[in-house]
Amino acid sequence: MTQLWDFSGGIHPAENKHQSTSRPITGAGLPEVLVLPLQQHIGEPAESCVAVGDRVLKGQKIADVTGGMGVPVHAPTSGTIESVSLQPVPHPSGMSDWCITLKPDGKDEWAPLNPITNYRDLDRETVLEQIRDAGISGMGGAGFPTNIKLRPPRDRKVNTLILNGAECEPYITADDMSMRENAVEIIAGLRIMAWILRPERVVFGIEDNKPEAISALRKAAEGTQTEIAVIPTKYPSGGEKQLIQILTGMEVPSGGIPADIGVMCQNVGTAIAVSAAIHRGEPLISRVTTVTGYAVTDPGNFEVLIGTPIDYLLAQAGQENSKLHRLVLGGPMMGYTLETPAVPVVKTTNCVIAATATELPDPAPEQPCIRCSMCAEACPMELLPQQLFWYSKAGEFDKAEHLNLFDCIECGACSYVCPSSIPLVQYYRAAKGEIRVQQAEQLKADRARERFEARQARLEREQQEKEQRRKERAKAAAEAQARKQAEAEKADAEGQPADDRAAKAALVQEALARKKAKGQQQAETKAETSETKAASEPAPDIDALEKQLAQATAKLNTMQSMLEDARAENADNVEKLERAVTKNHDRVKRAEEALAEARQSVAATDTQTTDS
Amino acid sequence: MWTSILIAVLVLLALAVVFGGLLGFAAERFRVEGNPLVDQIDSMLPQTQCGQCGFPGCRPYAESIANGDAINKCPPGGETTIKALADLLDVEPQPLDAEHGVEQAKRVAVIREDECIGCTKCIQACPVDAILGAAKHMHTVIESECTGCDLCVEPCPVDCIDMITVEPDIRSWTWTPPKSGVIATDRQGANA
Repeated sequence: MTQLWDFSGGIHPAENKHQSTSRPITGAGLPEVLVLPLQQHIGEPAESCVAVGDRVLKGQKIADVTGGMGVPVHAPTSGTIESVSLQPVPHPSGMSDWCITLKPDGKDEWAPLNPITNYRDLDRETVLEQIRDAGISGMGGAGFPTNIKLRPPRDRKVNTLILNGAECEPYITADDMSMRENAVEIIAGLRIMAWILRPERVVFGIEDNKPEAISALRKAAEGTQTEIAVIPTKYPSGGEKQLIQILTGMEVPSGGIPADIGVMCQNVGTAIAVSAAIHRGEPLISRVTTVTGYAVTDPGNFEVLIGTPIDYLLAQAGQENSKLHRLVLGGPMMGYTLETPAVPVVKTTNCVIAATATELPDPAPEQPCIRCSMCAEACPMELLPQQLFWYSKAGEFDKAEHLNLFDCIECGACSYVCPSSIPLVQYYRAAKGEIRVQQAEQLKADRARERFEARQARLEREQQEKEQRRKERAKAAAEAQARKQAEAEKADAEGQPADDRAAKAALVQEALARKKAKGQQQAETKAETSETKAASEPAPDIDALEKQLAQATAKLNTMQSMLEDARAENADNVEKLERAVTKNHDRVKRAEEALAEARQSVAATDTQTTDS
Repeated sequence: MWTSILIAVLVLLALAVVFGGLLGFAAERFRVEGNPLVDQIDSMLPQTQCGQCGFPGCRPYAESIANGDAINKCPPGGETTIKALADLLDVEPQPLDAEHGVEQAKRVAVIREDECIGCTKCIQACPVDAILGAAKHMHTVIESECTGCDLCVEPCPVDCIDMITVEPDIRSWTWTPPKSGVIATDRQGANA
């Protein structure tokens, strides 16, 4: 018997699991189109490597991540690529993202597969590469690329590998049904992961409300060293950190990852995908998804191709539109409401709940916090939910961070028990988002400062170099002058007149006089304009308009001169300049009109005032 | 008796010399260059280097604030910056001074590339070197480095630079706090 520990807090919500466990997993069939988001994992989005109109085979790679963290996307069936476009994706924002749309041809023709018959003879890196190429990312929720997770840093040896079969959230039964029907494959996947990590202990954590799954697993795990640990049912025992605490008694340090204490958790669905990728060479193109809720007549689990639209899936389960009140993706505790059923199933979609109004009613209006501390008792992370709520609401994010806001796993236990129906988790999510935005902005500001300072330094350096060169030139000139003078003196002494220098001096004088005259003229025109300005300065907007006009005219002039230059040089940007000049003509005209109008209105008001 | 007085005086003298030396050494060894307050203020400014405050960059404004200037002259920083500065300097937060501009959503400069004539004027104007290009070749803005300061728009002779407001996309999206402001009994009244 495995020794078990307990974690603090937790709740016991109504399970609602029986609805979807009454029948075996069935295939969802082939929808008309499959929409495959390019980002179904944490990290960089994948880039499409097919063109519109291409025919692809089942299991063919259609998008991959070349730089950075990520996994490829594969065609779930054979067909033609219809488009690569922005489509609504399952995301709490309800926004769109880049997706590949595949039109199935119905032949379901496989691309050549290369299974690994005996992975134990191979290098671990090769096996990890096969897992990456199969497009496997964690199927429990977050979607972290599995190959990266299976390669912990060298100094962090994984001693305990945990397979998470707790599935503690109400309604969801995808893992439960997979364990009942696919226990052998799960154990096979677990053995591959155990072979990669070489842990001292492999534990399968499963809640005691799944007796069929437990017996199936016990049978499948016979003869292996896998411990099957049956844990008491309590939400959120399936949370990674909670399960680790239950099975090992250790706590993941704040801000750390399980590998820091030598533990790793993997999901049941991920184990199946790993086994399929290695033993059969099949990439991740389908998953088990629960469709449940009282607004479907035939709830149950489906083997769904990735990319299947949710509305198609709901139709398979017998959706009753009149009863449907809210569509939730994921569980009722941590999932989010879908705004449209036209989004596809992705690698992390474990459950769709089509709920009636009585099943998942609209949240009750928020009432003031009465400091009952029920949230603190329910919190599985031993945080202080009411303090976090207070600081998140007030925007005092540094204080919220100080109280370990980022350790919150957003399980929703606090919101569930809150007698004032405060949507606590939403406050925490918003605060986390705001803090992340601020951090990103701070980073950007720091970079901007660095760049600004580097630029200042560069400008200064250039200035100094210029100065240096100028000095050198002056020095050289002075030397040349001295030499010349010496020569002239020598020539003088020899009796030759130095007439040309006098002539040059006269020329210089003349040029100076010309320049002065020009300057005076300019000053006069300036004075004139300022006079006119002064005359028509009763309203400040006229002033602004005049400034605008002057700017526009000046710009037009520069542009015209540039255009002439360009024409003279026969440069290739003549056309662009011409376009710009015509545009600016318009602008000048507009500015003039606006100015005239403003003047008129001012004149009108002036007369009005004199009249009155 | 005289000896004990002498001993006391000598001991105190020796102590004075030792501590004086220590303090003198520390003052030299741990000397702080510049005003640390300026650095703190500077780190709170948004570093757009836009000059809307009337100073040539964020640091000069930070220096001016350290010398007692108003804290409400920075439109890109807006309310958040004013609040942070007020906290740091322990003064009352003031509303943004409209004379220096209004707070706007985050923007970036975008060059309409087919209209660019390659004059390099915007490159010289950019305070953070976020514009790339060479004489008579097309220029472009490195979006991730652009601070949205607006300074490149004016010098462009063909007006091919637009300031585009950054729209939130799926990757920059964050949860919004729940809407409140209506107390429970009000809403029930509205529904009835």
